[in-house]
Amino acid sequence: MAIRDRLSGNEAIATAMRQINPDVMGAFPITPSTEIPQYFSGYIANGKVDTVFVPVESEHGAMSTCIGASAAGARAVTATSSAGLAFMWELLYVAASMRLPITMAVVNRALTGPININCDHSDSMGARDSGWLQIYAETNQEAYDNFIQGVLISEECRLPIMICQDGFITSHGVSNIELIEDEKVKEFVGEYEPENYLLNAENPLAVGPYGISPYYMEVKRKQAQAMKDSMPVIMDVAKKFYDMTGRKYGFFEEYKMDDAEVAIVVIGSSAGTGKEAVDRLRAEGQKVGLIKLRVFRPFPRIPLAEAMCKVKAVAVMDRAESFSNSGGPLFNECRSSLYDLDNKPYCINYIYGLGGRDIQVEDFYEIYKDLFVIYENDDPGDVYRYMGVRDSRFL
Amino acid sequence: MAYDLKKELEKQDRLVGGHKLCAGCGAGITVRAVLRALEPGDKAVIGNSTSCLEVSTFMYPYTAYTESYIHTAFANGAATTAGVEAAYRALKKRGKVKENFKFINFGGDGGTYDIGLQSLSGAMERGHDMVYVCYDNEAYMNTGIQRSSSTPRFADATTSPVGSQSAGKPQNKKDLTEILAAHNIPYAAQTTFIGNFKDIHEKAKKAIYTEGPCFLNVLSPCPRGWRYDAKELPNICRAAVETCVWPLYEVEEGEWHLTYEPRKKLPVEEFLKMQGRFAHMFNPGNEWMIEEAQAYVDKQWEKLLAKCK
Repeated sequence: MAIRDRLSGNEAIATAMRQINPDVMGAFPITPSTEIPQYFSGYIANGKVDTVFVPVESEHGAMSTCIGASAAGARAVTATSSAGLAFMWELLYVAASMRLPITMAVVNRALTGPININCDHSDSMGARDSGWLQIYAETNQEAYDNFIQGVLISEECRLPIMICQDGFITSHGVSNIELIEDEKVKEFVGEYEPENYLLNAENPLAVGPYGISPYYMEVKRKQAQAMKDSMPVIMDVAKKFYDMTGRKYGFFEEYKMDDAEVAIVVIGSSAGTGKEAVDRLRAEGQKVGLIKLRVFRPFPRIPLAEAMCKVKAVAVMDRAESFSNSGGPLFNECRSSLYDLDNKPYCINYIYGLGGRDIQVEDFYEIYKDLFVIYENDDPGDVYRYMGVRDSRFL
Repeated sequence: MAYDLKKELEKQDRLVGGHKLCAGCGAGITVRAVLRALEPGDKAVIGNSTSCLEVSTFMYPYTAYTESYIHTAFANGAATTAGVEAAYRALKKRGKVKENFKFINFGGDGGTYDIGLQSLSGAMERGHDMVYVCYDNEAYMNTGIQRSSSTPRFADATTSPVGSQSAGKPQNKKDLTEILAAHNIPYAAQTTFIGNFKDIHEKAKKAIYTEGPCFLNVLSPCPRGWRYDAKELPNICRAAVETCVWPLYEVEEGEWHLTYEPRKKLPVEEFLKMQGRFAHMFNPGNEWMIEEAQAYVDKQWEKLLAKCK
């Protein structure tokens, strides 16, 4: 029987880690992910897990330790946020190019400048080209479910994975959750049995070579292939997870999209607010829908474009700037994915929620209203927009 | 059993020929000497911070090591090897690894004194059962002889060049071995290649077979950066020791011991004159440089003697 509980997103992730009982955890505190290693070290202190816990001197050390441990043949996990993820930067690329399955809980927080501890996606969006798989959660339940699936996806694909959730909003917000029994989780993730590893006494392994030009590009192409091949793996693991829990996951969730005329694409906890707006507008007879993207890496280009093509106008919501002067990262990939399709919708961008700026149901009303105007006037206007900036000159 | 170089050299090398290090380079000698101290049946995982050593010994698809080997980046050799050691403890406990392994990370002075110091300090403080070996050639040689915090005062390096307004590097060399000793680790030592390699062999053996985090600092000359003929390598190492520029000592459980005391301490010129990087110190009018270099060596030597009493 599943276990009903009330947990914060951080405690939910720590619980998943306890159930998985990984070989090694590299840990360094940073708000708002700090509670994850904190809860976990409590499990160690009380004999609930026998993981080797490495309380390193920095996030650079945390990722280095996970890479060393994973290459050695261990199942390795860690957690971080914001500047911590940024400090890992060079090693994110190293982990991915070594094809090491490391599962990292990312509790999304704004990057410094100015320093801010609240949610946005600038940390993990900045790491989008590092070769890591990325899965995002709307709720505590999803963060927990994604983490358990993430271990398996990562090991199957031999790619590291970020399991992302929104800082404070879900990481610290306590809500109802349905936990899976410990034994079922253990059975689901199984044992990590790598083919090659440093501690194989019969067959030594050398990793991390100097890759000269005649070889470097093939390594990168194989990484790209692994990312491509991860698509069916993600769906297979989701199916297996559904069979165990009855909870269904895909690359994205379509919310009331079947007869929708306009839609919003959004990542993370704001999808919950957006769904409330959809419900209320639907009650007034407005045909609005929402797409919540769960998997950002690999980017589900074709199915996502097909889903967006069901409507006449789409607003893509970015909780991260890319300072490109042409919209946020999610917008650019969504818009690009539409290019080859007939009957493509208008596609505009809203940058929102930076540094924890609140977004409310009323804000979604405004966006849907804008989309209907675009649809009716047959004119997208400026596609690169902001939502929720106090200075009206910059909206 | 008494140390016998001939016997030691009969062992299978764990860094084999075919690597791309320069003739007369100290790095390869350091690695071979340290790895010779492993008992023949014992296995090791070699870690390596980005360095000349790394790019010259593991250029895809060829590795020059007989052991498992990992390189990830410049600043994190200690944390990476610590991760391997943590995995070993985990997998051993869970019965997935049966054999005994030792963990040895090699880094240059740039990757150890400078960019990797935080990572090294963390790994030593946490008590991983590993050895960190710094092959100290006193500059960033892999990128082209830039000064590091290990470069001695007056050395002509490409980011501390000698010129009309410059006498070479303005600062003295950082005392890294002392910093490591201050971590109160079970074993820290300073060595180089002298005579029959007994000093480095015995220190490497202690470092590898002492439980807990251990540190070796090995003066490993670089013919390109120091500007000497390859064949002069042993003479330079000998001069570094006989002038007390590079004293040989060890710190065992907090006890400081000199492992070699020169019968007659030679003047510092004997070390400086063999190397192009110090050539300007011998120009007329630059006598003050040699005087100050000598005064610094004397002061450091007296401080060390006081600790070793």
